[in-house]
Amino acid sequence: MSHWIIAPIILPALLAPLIAFVMRYDIVLARAASFAGALALVAIAVGLAVISADGAVHVYDLGNWPAPFGIVLVLDRLSAVLVLLTAVLALIVLTHAAATGWDTRGRHFHALFQFQIMGICGAFLTGDAFNLFVFFEILLIASYGLMIHGGGKVRLQAGLQYVVMNLAGSTLFLIALGTLYAATGTLNLADLAVKVREIPIEEAALIRVAAMLLMVVFAIKAALFPIQFWLPATYANAPAPVAALFAIMTKVGAYAIIRIHSMIFGPEIAATDGLTGTWLFPAAAVTLAIGAFGVLGARRLMPLLAFSVVASMGTMMLAVAAFTPWATTAALYYLIHSTFAAAALFLLADLVVSRRPEGDRLDPAPATVQNGLFAALFFAGAVAMAGMPPLSGFLGKLMILDALRDPQFMALGWTAVLAGSLLVIVGLARAGSVLFWRSTAVAAHVPAADDPEPRPASPIQIAPTMAAIGMTALLAAFAGPLTDFLDAGSRQVFHAEDYIAAVLGPQEVPEVPQPEPDAVEDPVQEEG
Amino acid sequence: MELIVASSVGVLTAGGVYLVLRLRAFPVILGLALLSYAANIFLFASGRLRINAPPVLQKYGEAVYTDPLPQALTLTAIVIAFGMTALLVMVALGAFIEAGDDRIDMTEADDAGKAVRKDGAA
Repeated sequence: MSHWIIAPIILPALLAPLIAFVMRYDIVLARAASFAGALALVAIAVGLAVISADGAVHVYDLGNWPAPFGIVLVLDRLSAVLVLLTAVLALIVLTHAAATGWDTRGRHFHALFQFQIMGICGAFLTGDAFNLFVFFEILLIASYGLMIHGGGKVRLQAGLQYVVMNLAGSTLFLIALGTLYAATGTLNLADLAVKVREIPIEEAALIRVAAMLLMVVFAIKAALFPIQFWLPATYANAPAPVAALFAIMTKVGAYAIIRIHSMIFGPEIAATDGLTGTWLFPAAAVTLAIGAFGVLGARRLMPLLAFSVVASMGTMMLAVAAFTPWATTAALYYLIHSTFAAAALFLLADLVVSRRPEGDRLDPAPATVQNGLFAALFFAGAVAMAGMPPLSGFLGKLMILDALRDPQFMALGWTAVLAGSLLVIVGLARAGSVLFWRSTAVAAHVPAADDPEPRPASPIQIAPTMAAIGMTALLAAFAGPLTDFLDAGSRQVFHAEDYIAAVLGPQEVPEVPQPEPDAVEDPVQEEG
Repeated sequence: MELIVASSVGVLTAGGVYLVLRLRAFPVILGLALLSYAANIFLFASGRLRINAPPVLQKYGEAVYTDPLPQALTLTAIVIAFGMTALLVMVALGAFIEAGDDRIDMTEADDAGKAVRKDGAA
């Protein structure tokens, strides 16, 4: 059993209190520690991705208690690739936050940042539904602090709404877990998969309730219709680097739907047959429509980008709702792409908005410094987000369209994706032309005596945005190998027998613990 | 027993939802606390209700026991809900001090309480 599986959780968990208590008055030290942590996390995540590439499901029994009695962490291709995505995004966002000085505008940025990373990595790695709840709470409580980082009236009010919304969501999560436990008597994901398979259709009422409650909880996180309304207010008012980091938080909800509703309440399970997809697919289409119209109608840049995140979640969940391995592969590719595209746009928006006297309002204003460079970067980010060639958004949407060729999905799915893309293109083009193009026609800004000219962005401030856009270019360039990896990963999710065998051991675990637990435990250890 | 537990969950949830919908910081905090109590009792009851039974497995014999796992889950949930409520109070206090009002997701036009107060003053 490889101990490296728990490293992405332990490392930030140890680093965060160290930064909070030992380095609280020394921002240089805190930055150095945070960077070292982020770099180490990238290295660990690459290592885990290499480990997971052998196709086996790796299990880590905490305290060496055998599943389903102990808590397990599970590493398969899906969780490995998402941990790697988190690590790379964290490094990019951290560089931006340190280079632009966002981390000095309030206290404990780096400690909260590390706790957030811990919660996200934990949610991706855990193999236990209650542990998923705990990691959700960790990433949420850190996100509350990050959301109101820097303070200000509007931000605190938006932060309060965000906290209330998510606390209500957490309560619902607990009730869903209680229902699940009452129906099956377990919360271990592998054990749940076994138990749900055995439930006959006539006794399935409770488990169907639990499945739908869980979907509502994850839909809150993934910002799906009708509970997407918190996202634009939150992302538009959060500090821009935090909004860029939050790009992965909606993906945690999407991951949970893929993991739980594909593996446990999957398509061929008698008790919950077709239940999730029936609701998820129309909800995703409406989400995409709301996001697209929001992009078209937004009058400020930050809400516009927030609505583009809503649209990308809708696009992605259309593919997830098909619940086939190939559609999930397409969704995962689009997930990685949209994370980097959204992060790039939010980071760029921070650079632009902080230099405009009008802030993020989409009004023509005199050209600010480095207008050409920012325009080029916005163009590249918008191309990625809207899904035009040559960046990865195009390939992602193409894969999603291909995955939705089933006549059951094709009419609504293709219409939603294609029309939504058109609206997003128009909206982003309008924003770009107002921000950068028409600004050159306005008379040059005459700086007042007490109004210092905005300083041009230094290379280190632009580098994170370029890195995020570069990642979408890399995704497009290496789409073949990546898709093969993701396809193997989604097959692993849909072929739950491997997961169950790895976690519970090859033989069926009886209800009451037997005197010889070693028989259950040994095969797991050999595989790890 | 079942009736008491079920109706307390129901009453707590109803009260919690009503208070959350008041859209003011203090009722919302109380409402979320009530909702978390309801969730905790519900979670506790998910292991079946059984009186006078030890929460451990008897090694010998067919002794009756009550499921210990929901109790552990409830304990974790209580701790988390407690911490979250404390944090929510702090965020609400910060928002109130900065903004000067305790509205949550409510525009000034919708603020009936404030309008009445203005009329009364005028």
